[in-house]
Amino acid sequence: MTKAQVGTRQTVAALLRKELLVELRTLESVPGMSLFAVTTFVVFHFALNKGSVEGDLGAGILWVTLLFAAILGVNRLFVADADQGGFDAFLLAPVERSAMLTAKLITLLAYLIVLELIAVPAFSILLLGPPLGGALPDLLAPLALADIGVAVIGTLVAALAVHTRARDLLGPLLALPLFVPIVIGAARSTAPLLAFSHRSAPAGHWLLTLGLYDLVFGLIAYALFDFLLED
Amino acid sequence: MSALAVEALSRHYGEREALSGVSLELEEGRTLVVFGPNGAGKTTLLRVLAGLLRPHSGEVRVLGHDLPSEAWAVRGRVGLLAHEPLLYRELTARENLRFHARLHGVAPERVAEVLEQVAMNNRSDEPLRTLSRGMVQRVAVARAVLHDPELLLLDEPHANLDPAAVELVAPLIGPGSGRTRVICSHDPAGGLKDADLVLGLRAGHPALLAAAANVASEQIVELYR
Repeated sequence: MTKAQVGTRQTVAALLRKELLVELRTLESVPGMSLFAVTTFVVFHFALNKGSVEGDLGAGILWVTLLFAAILGVNRLFVADADQGGFDAFLLAPVERSAMLTAKLITLLAYLIVLELIAVPAFSILLLGPPLGGALPDLLAPLALADIGVAVIGTLVAALAVHTRARDLLGPLLALPLFVPIVIGAARSTAPLLAFSHRSAPAGHWLLTLGLYDLVFGLIAYALFDFLLED
Repeated sequence: MSALAVEALSRHYGEREALSGVSLELEEGRTLVVFGPNGAGKTTLLRVLAGLLRPHSGEVRVLGHDLPSEAWAVRGRVGLLAHEPLLYRELTARENLRFHARLHGVAPERVAEVLEQVAMNNRSDEPLRTLSRGMVQRVAVARAVLHDPELLLLDEPHANLDPAAVELVAPLIGPGSGRTRVICSHDPAGGLKDADLVLGLRAGHPALLAAAANVASEQIVELYR
């Protein structure tokens, strides 16, 4: 007799709980990502030989740093599952496979939010000229749209790379070109918020571009993910 | 009714043939023991039967369903005890089993029950990485039977277990469990005692397939020469 399939929501909840427990015990991803971002800002602070940055330069530094920090999390996303048999255990269970995509995507998204809670204030203190306070509400939209894109692409790439011997190299090599449109969209939409004078809201068309990019890769990830888990 | 029906199964990894021309049939509630030296294809056979690897040719029918096309119908009905325990080292035994219980839609009370059955309730709240290999194997046995599977796929199930632990897990994965079992073994005497059907593999090819009653220990030993 066929076993009743476990609900997707229940499966996602089980996977998320496991992800949280593993991360809290190992502290392998979020602290590393945050430390990397803060250290990079410190390096920029001294290397640029400028008291502060603003506008395009500020936005570029912020987003490049966030994306490189995100790569650290992407690289670790499936390692415990691949090395400790989590994939096999999951594949043996009567569950919807897309539940793992959803759970990993939410996990990576949560890592990015925690990263930004640390990195954005650090960026503001160490590098940014104009105070960030007033621009913060407008910054939420580019941050959210870029995070979703990074989480979707990161999850897809991590699932692809984790089964290879060169996963630490392949992950960034695959992810970085796909992250370029996100850097462009996020930096262009953030730059007006970080300007000393004529501060304005993020350009709507760049936010729309980010949203469309997220949607396209969301659909691609949903269509491909099952095949990435299979033999 | 046949729990397993395999016909001309082949599977390769790149150029290397891991399994070739394997055919067998096993009735419900019976035990197949697979012998063969390292690299003979035993683990590959278990992974194909579990639906984790696709056969490259031949037909595989597990619990009445064709693999891989009907693998969804077999999921949750197979218990796999592999070389790897399929448990997270940073989680405790209880946390690991609760996670698996959720994935299989099993009541949480069952976790305490199986932990008791493998005598791990006293150490169930310690991270797995702090436990001995034998203890981890006991937790892996608990994980494999947690969802009451109809078919057990056991890859050297007594590895790392002391004689007392072997007795302890016998009601769960032994002949008395009442489940259909496929066991990979290197122990001719112990394996033959458990078996209804014996499959001997050599370099992926079936070198022996016979009812256990018609197989002598020497024939098994011969597979390793």
